[in-house]
Amino acid sequence: MFYNTDLTSRLMLGTARYPSPAVLKQAIVASGAEVITVSLRREGAQGTAFRELLAESGCRLLPNTAGCYSAREAVTTAQMARELLGTSWIKLEVIGDPDTLQPDPFGLVEAARILCAEGFEVFPYTTEDIVVGERLIEAGCKVLMPWGAPIGTGQGLRNIEGLRSMRAHFSDVPLVIDAGIGAPSQAAMAMEMGFDAVLLNTAVANALDPVAMAAAFARAVEAGRQAHVAGLMPRRDMATPSTPVFGMAELA
Amino acid sequence: MISVLGAGVAGLCAATALAERGLSVEVIVPEGAPDPASNLAGGMLAPFCEGESAPEVVVARGQAAADWWAARVRGVVRRGTLVVAPPRDAAELDRFARATRGHVWATPAELEPELEGRFARGLYFADEAHMDPRAAMADLRAGLAELGVAFHCGAPSGLIVDCRGLSAQDRLPDLRAVRGEMLEVSAPDVALTRTVRLLHPRFPCYIVPRGDGRYMIGATMVESARSGPVTARAVMELLSAAYTVHPAFAEAEVTATGAGLRPAFPDNLPAIRQDGDRIHLNGMYRHGFLMAPVLAEELAQMLIQEPAHAD
Repeated sequence: MFYNTDLTSRLMLGTARYPSPAVLKQAIVASGAEVITVSLRREGAQGTAFRELLAESGCRLLPNTAGCYSAREAVTTAQMARELLGTSWIKLEVIGDPDTLQPDPFGLVEAARILCAEGFEVFPYTTEDIVVGERLIEAGCKVLMPWGAPIGTGQGLRNIEGLRSMRAHFSDVPLVIDAGIGAPSQAAMAMEMGFDAVLLNTAVANALDPVAMAAAFARAVEAGRQAHVAGLMPRRDMATPSTPVFGMAELA
Repeated sequence: MISVLGAGVAGLCAATALAERGLSVEVIVPEGAPDPASNLAGGMLAPFCEGESAPEVVVARGQAAADWWAARVRGVVRRGTLVVAPPRDAAELDRFARATRGHVWATPAELEPELEGRFARGLYFADEAHMDPRAAMADLRAGLAELGVAFHCGAPSGLIVDCRGLSAQDRLPDLRAVRGEMLEVSAPDVALTRTVRLLHPRFPCYIVPRGDGRYMIGATMVESARSGPVTARAVMELLSAAYTVHPAFAEAEVTATGAGLRPAFPDNLPAIRQDGDRIHLNGMYRHGFLMAPVLAEELAQMLIQEPAHAD
């Protein structure tokens, strides 16, 4: 599914801003996630204690380059991540705007090209822009992570039609909705639309009960996936009675 | 004899609670020991606000802290906490209200006239307090001296109560550092009389008045053991948050910056732990001034009831 790694769970969890590592650990268990992200830019080499706690969860760590504003910063952070964590997976974020945390597609493609050439397995955090997606694939990415909405906003899938087009265009590329998911219903919708996974953080970390919310998301993601596989009925403009009108008995 | 190791907030509270019960106590700070992280604390006694992320036990037990401090040190200001959010993050206030108790909705300018026209609504936690942590610790030390407690850097001669904070990682493998950064400013143009917390999805901050136009602005929370000086990013975040609360903070003089490492257990809860015949009081995280008195009293109660331990 992702760089020759098959996962059972299609929910990936961010690890920032939980009340405590203990709560985070319980939330990871409740979510069933097998991949968790970890940020390095700010914590640096001396964030070992927290990362060890994360490693104890048994999940695969997906280090990210959160907080990087240029390709160069992101590349350096990725290299540090590989060195510290011994994984070539990297969730590549190059932020273009500090207010919306919108990805900078130019820096992103540049960094992706460098990192793929260095043997990294890159998970780029991008927009639903198809051309940017093409460039990332060209650069060597085998996964794309389009945003649902800006990080931490909980607005869900802000451009549903754009995401639908992206899904249709990249039918063979694993696509993960990353960022902006605020409610399980939104995660379910992403899965119903055929996305391969969702990655979220704030919606769980900032819930009043993160562990219960993690469980809620796990079910939603599973339900959405199951619905997608089962084949959703098409939307229709007119009502279609489930029982035919003609040929009914007249009981008068 | 009871030998308290460490003279941060945990050590001083423990020594105080023990000495007040008539036990003979010494406080030991080895030469070259790092400055206690408590020096950099906000000094907020805000159990209800902490409930936003801390479990109920902190809220429930932390309520005793303000009285404990007021009975022993000068300068406990009981004017509550005002929580505000920039208009575009108003939803954060609703979340904070749902996550906490002990508050009423308030018009910020009615409590702090200086905030006139800046925030339409806020949450007021009337039963919270604040103080200057260094002054409070100095008063505790003076109180301990009066009770005949000696401070020295020699070898312990009695039952060890280990309050060394992060230095106790040699015996507490699950103790980790959570880096915090803070600023002190002198802003005579700003007249805030109580702790103001600014909610922000990314840079939450609090401003604690220290009197005479001085304010403490804190604090970052970074999962790192890096002990170096404050980062430019932290300064920018904290100052921009303070500026959001009151634009006159732009003219403030930055009088001090600080970066320290909070000792924390995996559940971020301060705890008493038995370790052979040594007792730890550690993991204060961001709840030192709130929870150290409570745990110190519990510890003293334990030792009174088990005199066999306190030889």
